Amino acid sequence: MIPAVFEYERAGFVDEAVELLGRDEEAKLLAGGHSLIPAMRLRFSRPSLLVDIGRLDDLRYVREHGDRIAIGALTRHADLVGDAMLREHCALIGEAAALIGDPQVRHRGTIGGSVAHGDPASDLGTILLTLDAEFVARGPGGERAIGAGAFFTGPFETALEHQEVLTEIRVPKTAGTYLKHVRRAHDWATVGAAAARVDGRVHVGLTSMGPTSLRARTVEDALADGATPADAAAHVAEDAMPPTDASASSEYRLHLAQVLVRRALERM
Amino acid sequence: MENLSLEGALTVTFVRSLLAHANIVDVDATAAEALPNVQVMTAADLDLGVFGPGFPDVNPSMGRPLLVVDRVRFVGDIIAIVISDDSATGADAAELVYVDYDQLPAVVSPHESAKDEALLFPEAGTNVATRAGSPEHDENLFDGCDVVVSGTFVSQRMAPCPLEARSAAAELGPDGRITAWLSTQTPHQDRTALAETLGLDPAQIRVVGLDVGGGFGAKTLNVEEVLVVWLARRLGRPVRWTETRSESMTALPHGRAASLEYTIGGTRDGKVLAYRLEVLQDCGAYASVGAVLPGLTGLMASGVYAIPRIEFESRSVVTNTTPVSAFRGAGRPEASQAIERAIDTFAAELGMDPAEVRRRNFIPTNAFPYTTASHAAYDSGDYEGALELALRSVGYDALRDEQRQRRERAATTQLGIGISCYVEITNGIAEIEFGEVEITRDGGAIVRTGSFSHGQGHETTFAMIAAERLGLPVEKVTVHKGDTDEVARGTGTYGSKSTQIGGAAARLAADDVLEVAKQLVGDYLEASPADIVLDPALGRLHVAGAHSLGISWADLALRASADGRLAELRAEHEFQAAAPTFPFGAHVAVVEVDTETGRVELRRLVAVDDAGTLINPLIAQGQVHGGIAAGVAQALYEDFVYDDDGNPLTGTFVGYAFPSSADLPSWEAVEMETPTPLNVLGAKGIGESGTIGATPAVHNAVVDALAPLGVRNVDLPANGENVWRALRKAKA
Ligand SMILES: Cc1cc2nc3c(=O)[nH]c(=O)nc-3n(C[C@H](O)[C@H](O)[C@H](O)COP(=O)(O)OP(=O)(O)OC[C@H]3O[C@@H](n4cnc5c(N)ncnc54)[C@H](O)[C@@H]3O)c2cc1C
Repeated sequence: MIPAVFEYERAGFVDEAVELLGRDEEAKLLAGGHSLIPAMRLRFSRPSLLVDIGRLDDLRYVREHGDRIAIGALTRHADLVGDAMLREHCALIGEAAALIGDPQVRHRGTIGGSVAHGDPASDLGTILLTLDAEFVARGPGGERAIGAGAFFTGPFETALEHQEVLTEIRVPKTAGTYLKHVRRAHDWATVGAAAARVDGRVHVGLTSMGPTSLRARTVEDALADGATPADAAAHVAEDAMPPTDASASSEYRLHLAQVLVRRALERM
Repeated sequence: MENLSLEGALTVTFVRSLLAHANIVDVDATAAEALPNVQVMTAADLDLGVFGPGFPDVNPSMGRPLLVVDRVRFVGDIIAIVISDDSATGADAAELVYVDYDQLPAVVSPHESAKDEALLFPEAGTNVATRAGSPEHDENLFDGCDVVVSGTFVSQRMAPCPLEARSAAAELGPDGRITAWLSTQTPHQDRTALAETLGLDPAQIRVVGLDVGGGFGAKTLNVEEVLVVWLARRLGRPVRWTETRSESMTALPHGRAASLEYTIGGTRDGKVLAYRLEVLQDCGAYASVGAVLPGLTGLMASGVYAIPRIEFESRSVVTNTTPVSAFRGAGRPEASQAIERAIDTFAAELGMDPAEVRRRNFIPTNAFPYTTASHAAYDSGDYEGALELALRSVGYDALRDEQRQRRERAATTQLGIGISCYVEITNGIAEIEFGEVEITRDGGAIVRTGSFSHGQGHETTFAMIAAERLGLPVEKVTVHKGDTDEVARGTGTYGSKSTQIGGAAARLAADDVLEVAKQLVGDYLEASPADIVLDPALGRLHVAGAHSLGISWADLALRASADGRLAELRAEHEFQAAAPTFPFGAHVAVVEVDTETGRVELRRLVAVDDAGTLINPLIAQGQVHGGIAAGVAQALYEDFVYDDDGNPLTGTFVGYAFPSSADLPSWEAVEMETPTPLNVLGAKGIGESGTIGATPAVHNAVVDALAPLGVRNVDLPANGENVWRALRKAKA
């Protein structure tokens, strides 16, 4: 519960963070610290340098961006919960953020950290994947946009390069549902199921059902072909690789996912 | 402990085994000792014997070496000690101690262990640490029974999770005496045990228990504290150790871990005639308190029922897991979990309301004192009264109506109502406790008690007891505890015994002080002490019938102090009750169960807990609330689990489903007071009752909700997955 030795620098602006990351291959960005610091305390993670971007308040916003909504990477979960613009145009995000951890976690944790960490149990990761969000990253060579489909590459892995800072996330204006099964209040999802209408199609996303947040594409195809929610949900097994861990067995997760996907679809 | 300013203190970090079962081939500390001011010690440096088991009937070869010599027996066993200037260096160095293991197959399941195929202690020739009860079966036990049903369940392993993990510090004084500051429940007993283990005279040791953030039974002297004290002597420098949370999850002893099998038989009209209970207790890697827990389970097997014939048998076996000790209830929850499930199973088989089956079998209120067929001598009780009060409070009939409607609709979310009637034993071995009361120079009082308070609020309760007897405002009374140099004797706090013996001793000492005070006042007022009376409202001692002829405590103390007689205003009392007391109660739980996901929501829990006379009802309620939370946690949430190799899978709060207040409804606690004749206060214990009552109520409620779907049992904890498994099994 005591981290290994590390250095600490605070970045005053994004390009400074990019530059600091360039100094040390083992450097890591620190945002809300609510995934990184527990991992460091257990010595699962041993960055030699922490680059703190937690005070970059100009990356903390929700605003309209053409026909989409842009969210700054440093926006806290609690900001998302209370945001009026999101409530009007993409309420799903605030509703899901309200289900993350406890009030302390929601006041520290950021949407950027939530997805950059690449945790398959991240609620917002699943929501953003389901919404087909666009991720904007800034690195030494400037800015690039990454589609959600290409962003989550593996367990605790994303498409972000070492020196890239995630700055903004863009989502469509739409409606959806997220159902999260937990063993206890304030817990990570045993299973989460999201459904949202994007570009005229119903997208279905899953939390804690595989190496990353997942899209249940077989379920989506069945729906597009006119299947009922129950019949479509029965396809979940084809889309998921649920793990067995202390919170649930793989087979229970599969059962839960079917129930939750069906219920989410029934609410659409 | 971390805040104690101990000049030049060194920090201890334990190097703990990463494997559950292995021979140690080599320990290489070269890299660790290359760090600044780091020293590493192993068993080779130690001149101490084995710690425990400490119980005469437990296999003596299953004690725990203070540092493992050649074999580790659980993940967390201590291989080496790192001594450093600070804890960060200690953590770095501990990682650099290379241990060469020769892995052995791990024995994780107690059922496997009982087969005696792979042995943890080859020299013992068995994995069985102890047995209790009788292995002989009476072939005719269930004669005359129309209905005989049986069941099995596991009272699962729990981590005690005190808010404050353990901490210890020790310093050798210039006089050669050693002071040990411990996060403990039992300072005086720790002093005795330290003296025995270290080969010292107890007078050479001072133990100080500071403010302790919870113990729940697990915080009695263990190998870590012994090593810290040994090191302070060996190194001649103050030493301290503070457990990390992850360390605490596997190093602090666990609780429960019992597999139970019951058979119950009776007549078709609901009268229970015979009961048989078998326990297989998992002791963990070394036999200590855990080994003897089933003794209490057997004693309390009969619960609140008059059962003519009872058979009990238990075996306690070692496994490659964290050692098991007492945890809130310690052996008694297992008894009530078994009998309450058995009664419900019996009721279900008869198709009779479980409340009615209970009514037909209660020990009648006029039968006390009453000795059960499992040999417990109950002091007092009103079991039917408690149940009726609980049923009225919860609105039982209306709930059954609501349940019927949901069942008729085949609703996805079903309603379950669970009853548990319990009795438990407190001050289980009728111990002695010490109390002392002293009037201070300013006319207040100090109570010194051998009971310890690690969060129970004895500082308030015991002050109230003395204040009331002396007619002092409660804020003029301070309670001192936990320092063996200041409090002459003591046994500490466990088994819900403090108020009934420590509180009683404080009261009797206060009465003794009052008698001495009357002597003194008699002298001052030239009256016979027999004529002096206390006006408790004013805190004045005066001549009976003559209010103006009197003196207040403040004036008495002033005057006695001027005369050099203040020391006379002091008295000690040792109190020993003739027998244990038996608190009891009835809990009713109401749950909603989502029959698709298995998710259980506890909607209400009505708890009638009768612990005799309550001194401070608010504090008693605090004990009830925390106790119920722990009981519900076992019913629905917590389970400490290992993989087949003995690796803990729930070693952090991410995996271990420790609930929070956000998971729990507001309890509806209903008071009931049936005083015990066994002490002047009329008080029984209240610290563990809530835990003992709550688990079976909630467990029964979950099974009750699923009964129409063919479910007869749900494994503990009755969480979503275990409910789903039970439903799947019922469908198959
Ligand atoms: C008790 C507890 C309960 C929790 N429960 C939940 C839950 O139910 N659901 C859930 O989804 N989450 C949960 N979390 C996680 C929480 O949401 C975290 O805050 C979040 O996952 C990470 O965000 P952060 O800002 O804290 O990131 P940090 O911990 O600071 O960083 C996480 C990782 O992302 C990287 N990173 C951070 N920001 C950026 C950026 N802008 N660009 C590039 N890389 C970046 C860091 O370098 C690091 O590798 C819980 C956490 C705790 C402690």
